[in-house]
Amino acid sequence: MAIDASAMGRLAEGEVKGRSLWADARRRFFRNKAAVAGVVTLLLITLLALFGDALAQWSNEEIDFAVMGQAAQLGQPSIANGHYFGTDDLGRDLYSRTLQGTRISLMVGIVGSLIAVIVGTLYGAVSGYVGGRTDQIMMRIVDILLAVPFMFVVILLLVMFGRSLFMLFFGIGLMSWLNMARIVRGQTLSLKHKEYVEAAQATGVPTFTIILRHIVPNLVGIVAVYATLLVPEMILIESFISFLGLGVQEPLTSLGALISEGARTIYYGTTWQLLWPLAFFIATLFSFFFVGDGLRDALDPKDR
Amino acid sequence: MTKPLLSVADLRVTFELTRAGDMPWTAPRLLHAVSGVSFDLFPGETLGIVGESGCGKSTLARALVQMVPATGRAVWTDGTDLLSLTRAQMLKYRADIQMVFQDPLASLNPRMTVGQIIAEPLRTHHRGLADAEVKARVKEMMDRVGLLPNQINRYPHEFSGGQCQRIGIARALIVRPKLLICDEPVSALDVSIQAQVINLLAELQRDLGLAMIFIAHDLSVVKHISDRVMVLYLGRTMEIAESGALYADPQHPYTQALLSAVPIPDPAAERAKRIIPLDGDLPSPMNPPSGCVFRTRCPRAEAVCAETVPVLSAGAHGVACHFPGPLIRTRRMAERA
Amino acid sequence: MAMLDIRNLSVRFDTPDGTVTAVNGVSLSLDRGETLGIVGESGSGKSQLAFAVMGLLAKNGRATGSVAFDGREILNAPPAVINPIRAQKIAMVFQDPMTSLNPYMRVSDQMAEVLVHHKGMSKAQALAECVRMLDAVKIPDAAGRVRLFPHEFSGGMRQRVMIAMSLLCRPELLIADEPTTALDVTVQAQIMTLLGDLRRDLGMATILITHDLGVVAGFCERVIVLYGGQIMEQSPTDPLFATPAHPYTRGLLGAIPRVDQEGEELSAIPGSPPNMTRPPKGCPFAPRCAHAGEDCLDHLDPLTEFAPGRFRACNRSLEELA
Repeated sequence: MAIDASAMGRLAEGEVKGRSLWADARRRFFRNKAAVAGVVTLLLITLLALFGDALAQWSNEEIDFAVMGQAAQLGQPSIANGHYFGTDDLGRDLYSRTLQGTRISLMVGIVGSLIAVIVGTLYGAVSGYVGGRTDQIMMRIVDILLAVPFMFVVILLLVMFGRSLFMLFFGIGLMSWLNMARIVRGQTLSLKHKEYVEAAQATGVPTFTIILRHIVPNLVGIVAVYATLLVPEMILIESFISFLGLGVQEPLTSLGALISEGARTIYYGTTWQLLWPLAFFIATLFSFFFVGDGLRDALDPKDR
Repeated sequence: MTKPLLSVADLRVTFELTRAGDMPWTAPRLLHAVSGVSFDLFPGETLGIVGESGCGKSTLARALVQMVPATGRAVWTDGTDLLSLTRAQMLKYRADIQMVFQDPLASLNPRMTVGQIIAEPLRTHHRGLADAEVKARVKEMMDRVGLLPNQINRYPHEFSGGQCQRIGIARALIVRPKLLICDEPVSALDVSIQAQVINLLAELQRDLGLAMIFIAHDLSVVKHISDRVMVLYLGRTMEIAESGALYADPQHPYTQALLSAVPIPDPAAERAKRIIPLDGDLPSPMNPPSGCVFRTRCPRAEAVCAETVPVLSAGAHGVACHFPGPLIRTRRMAERA
Repeated sequence: MAMLDIRNLSVRFDTPDGTVTAVNGVSLSLDRGETLGIVGESGSGKSQLAFAVMGLLAKNGRATGSVAFDGREILNAPPAVINPIRAQKIAMVFQDPMTSLNPYMRVSDQMAEVLVHHKGMSKAQALAECVRMLDAVKIPDAAGRVRLFPHEFSGGMRQRVMIAMSLLCRPELLIADEPTTALDVTVQAQIMTLLGDLRRDLGMATILITHDLGVVAGFCERVIVLYGGQIMEQSPTDPLFATPAHPYTRGLLGAIPRVDQEGEELSAIPGSPPNMTRPPKGCPFAPRCAHAGEDCLDHLDPLTEFAPGRFRACNRSLEELA
């Protein structure tokens, strides 16, 4: 097949840039006001959690002996003594404790979600794509793990191996990917019979390449949505564990631990000890939910 | 006579169906999608395969490229039986046999650019090729199938159905196959676009000397593009002949009924034609009728049809029927008259 | 007076990508007992035209213009006006019968419900009528099969059930939207024969919406060719096929492979259908038309009668096309 002169002319013409589905999704996402508000709030919270310490006059461990023991009277939020959010019962600065708690909570949420994305997506995609007996065995393993009372296992792990951040991540990571794997497998089953996958099979593209090139990119939509919604779920789980007193260890804290403390001391009239961490907690959760919904609408416009 | 490019003998595809709730030891029910199809395909020839939904025409195509497990023989021109090859051995032949699919948009990965899609077979079969060379070949092929090469970075959803089918054809032809299997390539397209794609396929076939297996349910389209036509019913060949002979002088009652049902865009001809009605529904492929599978709906069926499976007659015009013959000479009709 | 009179009907949809004009100023009328074919490719607006008449447009759709049935305006009419008409005077058959049959209800219950509700029959009367109707659409062993669920019928049988159901109230107008597109040719032939017989027996008017000129040729008295939401040509069936008067109709007929003739190369229409988010100002077919001039991109002459009962919308005269 020789290329004639006129064809050469056309071949040389400038290439038109395509408008990918991602670009479309981005456009739809940024038209969604609630989702954009969620992103902005999340950004503000993250920035504050990361760099807010620069403004703090107390560290999260320091005890203000001037306030200690009289938190209810002297510990309310004030600019004057540097406790912007007030102090906790022991006289520690609530501002820096809330920031530090937010850091931990976000980290737990994001790490849990990341494990789910990486392990869950690959596990589910392989299981769904390979199918047959492999699929049966892989999914029964997931079923068995799902049948184990997860909270019980995490608590057991924390009690047996001691309360450490690593154990907490490990415990949460152990279960976060299970539902993701199931969702991804279901989606893969329907993608597997798409004609473009058949086309790749017919031309002899290796199985693993098909999974990475044709299956996974088309899963990204559903995975992104589910991962975003998984972050608040993980934060909630961590909060619950902390609420039980098994979470991160003092002097470190998390939003859940702070809320638990705040709830316990509310009888002394120190409402700020509950309200500040609660406000951060709720703002974070709501933002993630809004972003998740926004992503779903943007990536999957047909399902609205 | 030239040597066939592909010689298929007694090809069978059987699916095992397990019902939800079946115990592992229950014997699965068998669905005979294709039962004993044989044909030869010569270089540069187009074989049309027609039949109604459920006749096994798509399964047959997929069996040839080992996308569904099959038994029998499919001997390639170099003497290799494609059905006996392992996955790794088959890879070599996949470049020679390419497929075009039914749904133009669904057969293209929405997350890949047109350039990446068309290049995929090339990258699979010619791994050492430099990026610039791949791109040049893709652009050349895009031009060949009537796409603007400067659209190489666009995504499938930015193209119309007809253009998407051209992308699918470009992808199939980029590795210069010897055989192109088209599975209902135009049935999802509008009439005006359908003609564009048919013309393109015919032209490419002529220029590149391709052999083609053209599967469709639309008899007019198949007639237009095929040199020979095979009629399938319930996974079996009913009739196979040169296109002209089959349409002008069908011998099998099923072919006759099928042809009579095709609407003709000409009011006078449409009013004049007599439709041969087929009674009842397609029998289940799980439990096909004994003897000739068509006998339950056949106007000519006799006792013998339930007992012996008719053999496809040899020669250029093969018919699998105990009472083949042109339309007017049917026995029952003669008796009734 | 015409039974159905559509004047300047337009249908628009609000989508995130802008307003899509599906039907653009269509006028047509239908007499009692007449059979009209509406032919068009996907995106021509043929189905949306029918949905607008039935008041079944999707939520984001708006219809303007006028649709009069027996002299009564039914476009955008309140449910109190449209519901009785929709139930008893106009019936519709869809491409996919499963979308209009409830998979969890027995066919007998679904069919009887219509009669009990609209005709005030008793349950037993209704059931007897249902069996009679299933018999009329040639379902073998109707009395035995009436108690089945929709999924227990084959595709062709399901479409028969759907037709029987739409005919229960003896409608004066039947709108069939691609009734055989999902079916095999042999089943299609059965269903079209059935529809023809029923139309003759019941004397109802029929609108057949399809993309298949072959189906229209055997079934309709009059044909409307739709493209880009506008009527290109309207004509009695025989002359339309014998001497098509619009470049689009000619292109369409030339693009169909024929089973009864030896084929030369098909004369394909170049290009693709118009994008209806930006409806063209002039003739929608102009970008694909061999006869188009500058003026065609700018405006399209209105539909005019050039022979008795034959209308065309084209800037070029018939002589110019020859």
